[in-house]
Amino acid sequence: MTTQNDWISVCSDDDLVLNSGVCALVNDKEVAIFKMKTGSEDKVFAVSNWDPFGKANVLYRGLVGSVDGAEVIIAPLYKQRYNLTTGQCLDDESVKLTVYPVRVEQDKVLLQSAG
Amino acid sequence: MSSSVNIGSAQKMRIVVVGNGMVGHHFVDQLIQENAADNDTQLEVVVLSAEPRLAYDRVHLSEYFSGKTADELALTTPEYYQEHNIQFELSAKVVNINKLAKSVTTESGDVFEYDKLVLSTGSYPFVPPIPGNDQPHCLVYRTIEDLEDISASAAVSKVGVVVGGGLLGLEAANALKEAGLQTHVVEFAPQLMAVQVDGGGGRLLRSKIEALGVQVHTQKATQSIEAGDTCRYKMCFADGEVLETDMILFSAGIRPSDALAREFDLEIGERGGIVIDDQCLTSDKDIYAIGECALWNNFIYGLVAPGYTMARAAASHIVGGDLTFQGADMSTKLKLMGVEVGSIGDAHARTEGALCYTYENQPEEVYKKIVVDAEGKKLLGSVLIGDTSDYDTLLQYALNDIELPEKPESLILPAGAGDAPGLGADALPDTATICSCHNVSKGDIIEAVDQGACDVGSVKGCTKAATGCGGCAALLKSVVDSELEKRGVEVKKDICEHFAYSRQELFHLVKVGSIKSFDELVEKHGQGLGCEICKPAVGSIMASVWNDFILKPDHVSLQDTNDTYLGNMQKDGTYSIIPRIPGGEITPEKLIVIGEVGRDYKLYTKITGGQRIDLFGAKVEQLPEIWEKLINAGFETGHAYAKSLRTVKSCVGSTWCRYGVQDSVGQAIDLENRYKGLRAPHKIKFAVSGCTRECAEAQSKDIGVIATENGWNLYVCGNGGMKPRHADLFATDLDDETLVKYIDRVLMFYVRTADRLQRTSVWMENLEGGLEYLKQVVIEDSLGLGEELEAQMQNVVDTYQCEWKTAIENEQSRKRFRRFVNSDKSDLNIVFVEERDQIRPATEEEKKKLQAQSIEDADQLATEVV
Repeated sequence: MTTQNDWISVCSDDDLVLNSGVCALVNDKEVAIFKMKTGSEDKVFAVSNWDPFGKANVLYRGLVGSVDGAEVIIAPLYKQRYNLTTGQCLDDESVKLTVYPVRVEQDKVLLQSAG
Repeated sequence: MSSSVNIGSAQKMRIVVVGNGMVGHHFVDQLIQENAADNDTQLEVVVLSAEPRLAYDRVHLSEYFSGKTADELALTTPEYYQEHNIQFELSAKVVNINKLAKSVTTESGDVFEYDKLVLSTGSYPFVPPIPGNDQPHCLVYRTIEDLEDISASAAVSKVGVVVGGGLLGLEAANALKEAGLQTHVVEFAPQLMAVQVDGGGGRLLRSKIEALGVQVHTQKATQSIEAGDTCRYKMCFADGEVLETDMILFSAGIRPSDALAREFDLEIGERGGIVIDDQCLTSDKDIYAIGECALWNNFIYGLVAPGYTMARAAASHIVGGDLTFQGADMSTKLKLMGVEVGSIGDAHARTEGALCYTYENQPEEVYKKIVVDAEGKKLLGSVLIGDTSDYDTLLQYALNDIELPEKPESLILPAGAGDAPGLGADALPDTATICSCHNVSKGDIIEAVDQGACDVGSVKGCTKAATGCGGCAALLKSVVDSELEKRGVEVKKDICEHFAYSRQELFHLVKVGSIKSFDELVEKHGQGLGCEICKPAVGSIMASVWNDFILKPDHVSLQDTNDTYLGNMQKDGTYSIIPRIPGGEITPEKLIVIGEVGRDYKLYTKITGGQRIDLFGAKVEQLPEIWEKLINAGFETGHAYAKSLRTVKSCVGSTWCRYGVQDSVGQAIDLENRYKGLRAPHKIKFAVSGCTRECAEAQSKDIGVIATENGWNLYVCGNGGMKPRHADLFATDLDDETLVKYIDRVLMFYVRTADRLQRTSVWMENLEGGLEYLKQVVIEDSLGLGEELEAQMQNVVDTYQCEWKTAIENEQSRKRFRRFVNSDKSDLNIVFVEERDQIRPATEEEKKKLQAQSIEDADQLATEVV
């Protein structure tokens, strides 16, 4: 793993699955990474993989979709929905996922892991 | 057993009910509801039944011969009566009424005192006084004991005769036919069903029934029953002809069971029947009579619905209500041996000045007649043979005195010929009875809607409408829809925010537009990126229509997590694995392989309810390796993770079982192998039983198959689980080919038309026209869809693949099972502890404890190293 201005390269673009999720281990933290086709461009999102309701590391295996135009991930165990941009749970306003800045550069998926 | 009566502060009124037939039971049910209601009346109820069992459904008695058991015909249970403090005595025939002491005595000498006595003794079959009518194989048709006798007699007979060509006689003939006898009906009148049907209808009815293999002999007066030449008996008729038969069933009408009332001086009608008034009171002010033993306005009502009305009137009078019996409509709609027959009001046009319109279509064997009053304004009666689809509309016209259209004939002419006005829900007055089984009026339904019921299901729930015979389901729906519309409620069927379509509509869009991916569908017909509702639904539709590999890049993102990873996710994120074990049959070698896999991967193993084995606790990254082992040993995926065919459960069948009549295991394996992989709106379960003992519990399954001597009986749309529903008998004595054909059609029709996540049971409950409609679509091919449905199913069968086999052979799909894209580590949150010699997920508490322990251990280790 190489570090470059706090951006960590976690995997290649090939490792991502369009309109679905994968999981990466970054500094011993589990991060769920999603790639979605929205209109003509592909967007990539990264959030913590821990499901606060199901108490299991499973979020990357959820369905992705949209609610009122905003990209969401739907937890596979009990189907709570989370806004992928803000991490906010749409079914319980007191719950929020950690969101990690992420981008794809020259086929590398780069992630900023704060702390 | 004698008890004293408490009158005084407790205010308990003691009611003794003699007889526990359908009407007697309905009466008791009214009292139970009365007791449950929050009021001061406290009723103590004693039921005395001469029969050895509590009330059962006599209307559907002939179904005993198509496989229904006495238990299934039961209308109530001893537990239900006990639960509601109903004291009951079976085989307790009442032989004495003491009107002064207000008590009754049973045959065994037990005395029961009463405040109010209710006679619900029913009727007995009339056996014409023909010499020789008392021989062993001369039987009647009324009780379950009679049916047992008929069964026993049929087993040693080849030919059977029913004496009497009325409604009950034809039912009885159906029973004999079901029992496999060469069947004859002998009728004294010149036609069948002379009470309900006119001459023209009678002719068509006869030809249709004869086409079914039942020989009809009219205008025959039997003079004697003698020893036969080729059969057991010979019936000699007045015209000199004879008919040889092995058994005779008398169904020549009923007579009220009024002996008790007669003996103890209650007023009896000239030709029998206990005389009652509008409150159902007899000539004694503390004794009521209801049902077929009662005579109201010099008339005995031999149908169950008027009996129920009497029961409600009597119950109402006892608790001070004002409901009365005002006579009853004797209109009837039924299916006799598959022939539709309807009769309304004055079928014979006996009203003065009455005029008739008749429509007869000989090629299609349909006869319809309406009788209108002299002014042509009101409908007085009708006869329908071969097609009763107009019955509901005509009945509403007749019952509610609705003014007829200018050309009354348009009501019975085929569509296109006249303007054929369907009677809209709005045309009915609030007093119109919608459901006659439960006496629910249009006003009751409006009230339910006003109180917040906003779909057919909830209206059914609170009014009981359409939960009896179900004949009014379509009418109920149109009333509910119309009322909702009036209140501005939009009946919305959109599946979610991304598609403004129902599942059925999406299915058609996919099929007709040859749409092969979610992206294409959303681009053409939807918006946004989809969600947990529409994506799996579309995935399922694509699989049903095109049957592609579900992990193809186009489809993978549609699948719910279980489908994506081809396993069932458990609470800790691990998966359970269920290999297919068709019909529950497995070799010892394969059992050993499952055992080895379980042992080697330390999985928790459990036998499922569907006769297979579940292996729990597999981590996502272990799945491909485990499946490789299973597939090498000859296993296939069990689709336990999918909305698709799960299992076909079976009993061991005729191969081993001394009761079995067919090879149920072989049939189950064939069916499971045919339909495995069929994706559907929800999971589907089958079962096959090798005889009527039904050890495979097929009647609780979506598709149930029960062996008979002659083939297979098919049951559909049953369910266990959260909301159990007995499957409906769909067709009887099918050969293998027809069985598969019907199942193909039923399942594919379900796949096409059901809502998402709608089990077959709920689909059936919501299907307009219900079971009869499904039979028309599947058996009579009324929509002309039969071959298409079969072809579509055949395509699914032909394109079957084991998804796990494809997945492990495909590197791209296999990659998806990596736990981390950048590491070979495992999920540290998955922790097991042992219980009963197997693993189970650790609880949160246990995890904390184990973590603390491991830190301590590590500390200790560090100390030692230092």
